[in-house]
Parts: sequence; structure tokens; C-alpha cells
Amino acid sequence: MKLHVDPQAVEEAAKLLYIRALKVLPDDIKQGFTRLDAGEGDSTARTILATMIENIAVAERTDNLLCQDTGIPIYNVVIGCDVEVDGAALKAAIRRGVERATREHPLRSSIVHPITRKNDQSSTGRLVPVINIDFDEAPSTLRLEMIPKGSGSENGSFLRMLIPADGLDGIKRFVIDCVMQAGGKVCPPTIVGVGVGGTSDLCMHLAKVAATRPLGSACPDPEGEKLEKMLAGAVNSLGIGPQGLGGDSTAFAVHVETAATHITMNPVAVNIQCHSARRATATFTPTGIEIGF
Amino acid sequence: MAHHDFHMPVSEAQVRALKVGDTVTLHGTLFGIRDATQIHMFDHGRKTHFDMKGHAVIHTAPNVKKMPVSNEYPAGYASICIGTTTSARMERFSRPLMEQYGVRLIIGKGGLGRESQKAFADLGGAYLAIIGGTAALETTWITAIEEVDLDDLNPESLWRFAIKGFGPLLVAMDSHGGSSYDRVMKAAEGRKAAALAAMGVKA
Repeated sequence: MKLHVDPQAVEEAAKLLYIRALKVLPDDIKQGFTRLDAGEGDSTARTILATMIENIAVAERTDNLLCQDTGIPIYNVVIGCDVEVDGAALKAAIRRGVERATREHPLRSSIVHPITRKNDQSSTGRLVPVINIDFDEAPSTLRLEMIPKGSGSENGSFLRMLIPADGLDGIKRFVIDCVMQAGGKVCPPTIVGVGVGGTSDLCMHLAKVAATRPLGSACPDPEGEKLEKMLAGAVNSLGIGPQGLGGDSTAFAVHVETAATHITMNPVAVNIQCHSARRATATFTPTGIEIGF
Repeated sequence: MAHHDFHMPVSEAQVRALKVGDTVTLHGTLFGIRDATQIHMFDHGRKTHFDMKGHAVIHTAPNVKKMPVSNEYPAGYASICIGTTTSARMERFSRPLMEQYGVRLIIGKGGLGRESQKAFADLGGAYLAIIGGTAALETTWITAIEEVDLDDLNPESLWRFAIKGFGPLLVAMDSHGGSSYDRVMKAAEGRKAAALAAMGVKA
């Protein structure tokens, strides 16, 4: 059955997802907090984790935003088979949804022009919201994922065009150096996203995909998956801890995404997601729209 | 590890009594300040009429809702969600804030650097860590937005909040050269070689 996607429904979903993502953390992140809390040995770190867990409950109880940072709005659209959608209308609808969420809730507009620094109070601007469009084989399905990416952790973004002679050791060393440079500034406990391979821009994009993947998911490349566990152990042995104030809970996880690269290249990128690892999704099918994470 | 209840403003002696590891709860007044606020104040020569002598500032840019001016909303704004941001970006403004406006306490997340540490020692100041990303909770400690200045920079205006039991906050940098962040990062440097070796990285 063909799925026809109405731009008006996309606008409503884009608005709803932005507000929902800012208020309700996904279950995998809540479980991540429970796991870290159980394993944390430092008393200050345990107090901080307990406050973060309390905040999740306060946000839900008071129907409020988890964090003051409304982030840079990112929408990931995955279009399945037999889907009829006007692409230009879809992009315009997402932008209108962001503007309406900002005005109608209201939300803080965190978006400014990069040169004039002018904030037009709409949470939008040139090429923002960021919209990524991809395709898969899911029958009659369009998936819209919203990520309000917090700036404290986004400023913890790093790219290094390593060379083949630097090897895998160079990649591991770079990740550890980035986590140390980021320290408490990126609001640990974090998800450390690592991109390996590709071109410079693809490598950075992969790091973002990795940082915003659900906890418990694994890298689709078995070589990348091996690296994830190893790096997570190393990162959490540094003792940086929640908020950079010491402890065992520096990262919920390290996620890796890979792409093939050139014989002369060995690029590695790091993008960090803060503990307010917010996401929301709407899945459009012929039977309706399902809201989830 | 003492706890201090501060009714703002405070004296130099009160702030110099703070030691890393102590906790502080603030009462009365708190100012909200951000990147653009300080860029305009210290790079573009703009001034505020607020008296911040002996006061605390929090690195913030809140979510607010415009309201008709009333006793409940004296500045014409209701608080929606007020938290903190990464302090490190505002490192170079700590000293002028203290020297020119007499600010004594800076609240934020992630810590400040060496220049701020020196300003705290020279002038009598401290950095209080609030937990980033827990703004829903922190909003409940703010009773009103009393006044706003430099509001063309909204949301990066200069805000004056009325607060009730704002804390506990952790003294993470004091006027005696103590810094929790330095201690943690020094220890991390010491653990780095072992972390790399555990992954089979050759030294």
C-alpha cells in the first residue's frame, strides 16, 4: 500500500517532536542513568547523578523542559518504499513546525546568524533546522526523528585527518585526548560519538550519528563494535565523572560509526552528546502516526 | 566541608571563607548573564544600571514567556525554564565582572580557567558549580524575574531573578587557589597512560 505523506501532518509532527524531545528523555537514557548510579563509587558523583535523575522526574511532573538549552534543531528523515512525499514541501513543513513550537510553547530561540549574531526568535535560520534525508527499505513508512542538540556538548566536536601510519592506535589516542579536552564542559555523563573513515565531512557526520544513537545499540560494522567496548572502558577509567567533578561515570557509552576511506587517509571525528540525550520520533504509516523515541 | 546560607549580597570575608568542597545555598537576588551580554558590556562598552556589588551571577539564557507587567511579573516575563550553560566560554569576563561591578560569585557548569582562578584570589571570589542539564529542578528555585536590562540581546539579556533556596551549589573553585576541576584533570592525566595501555596502544 502506498503511503501518502501530508505536509500539514509533518508540520504538526515537527512541532510536537521538538517540544516532546525537550521534555521527556528516552527510556534507554533513563536506564543508562540507573546503570551508572548503581556502579558509581564516588559520593559527589552519586549526588550529581541523583539530582539528574530527580530532574527527569521534575520535568515530567511539571511538564517542563529538561534543560534550558533548546539546542540546534536537527531532523533526520528516513523514507521507506512506496512513499509519496513532496520533498521541498516536507522541508518547508519541518521549518514551520520549529517556528511554531518556538512561538506557541514558547521556547528559547537559541539560533543566531553566524556573522551578525542576530537572533530572530524563530529557532531557525539559514540551513537551520538541519534536515538530513535518507532512504531505506521499510515498506510504506516515513520516519521523522528530532534531535535538539545541546551546544555545550556540540562544542565538544573534533576532527583529525590522521594518516595511515598513525594506525588504529592514533584513533584510540585521539578519542582519549578529546574526552580529556572536553572534561566537564560537555555535561558528562555523555555518549561519545566517534566517526572513523569516510571524507572529512562524512567522518564528522558519522560521529554525530554515533553520538545520537540509542544506548544499547551497536555499530553495524563488527570492527567498529569491537572498538566501542574498548574505548568505553578506557574513557571511564579516567575518573572525569559527572560534570567533570570526578567519578566513574564519565560516559554512558562510546558509540562508533564507520565508513570506507581512501588509501592515504585515516580520518577520525568525535562528537559528544550530553546527559540530556534528547530524541523524539514520529513514524508515519498508512494506519497513522506513531510517536516514540 | 561546611554549608553556607548566603543572603545576597555578601562580603569579601564571607566569600574568602569558602573552601572547595563546601556547599552554598543562595537567598534573595541572583543575576543571569551570558556570552552576548558580556561581549556587549566589556567589548562594546555598554553599561548596566544594575548594582551587582557583592552579588552572584549565573551563566544562563533562560526560556521565558512575555506577560503583561504585574506584581507577579514585574519585568513582563514569566520563567519557563532556567538553568545554566558551559562557563569556559566566558572565562575572559570574570575579572572585569569582579573589578568593574563587584561581582563575588560566579555560578555555572564545567568550571573556569586560570585567569578566573587568579581573579578569585586577587579580588575575593569563588565559582559555584550547579548541575548542567537539570534546569527543570533549578527553575523551581526561582520565584520571579524582577527586572531585565540589555533586553535587545534576549535571551542573552541581563536578568535579575528573585530566588528562594537556590542550591545547594558546590564550591568548585575558591579564593585560595583550590579547583575541583584541576584536581580531577590532573588525576585523569595520571591515568591516561594506563587507559591507553589497556587498549593495547604502544607508548
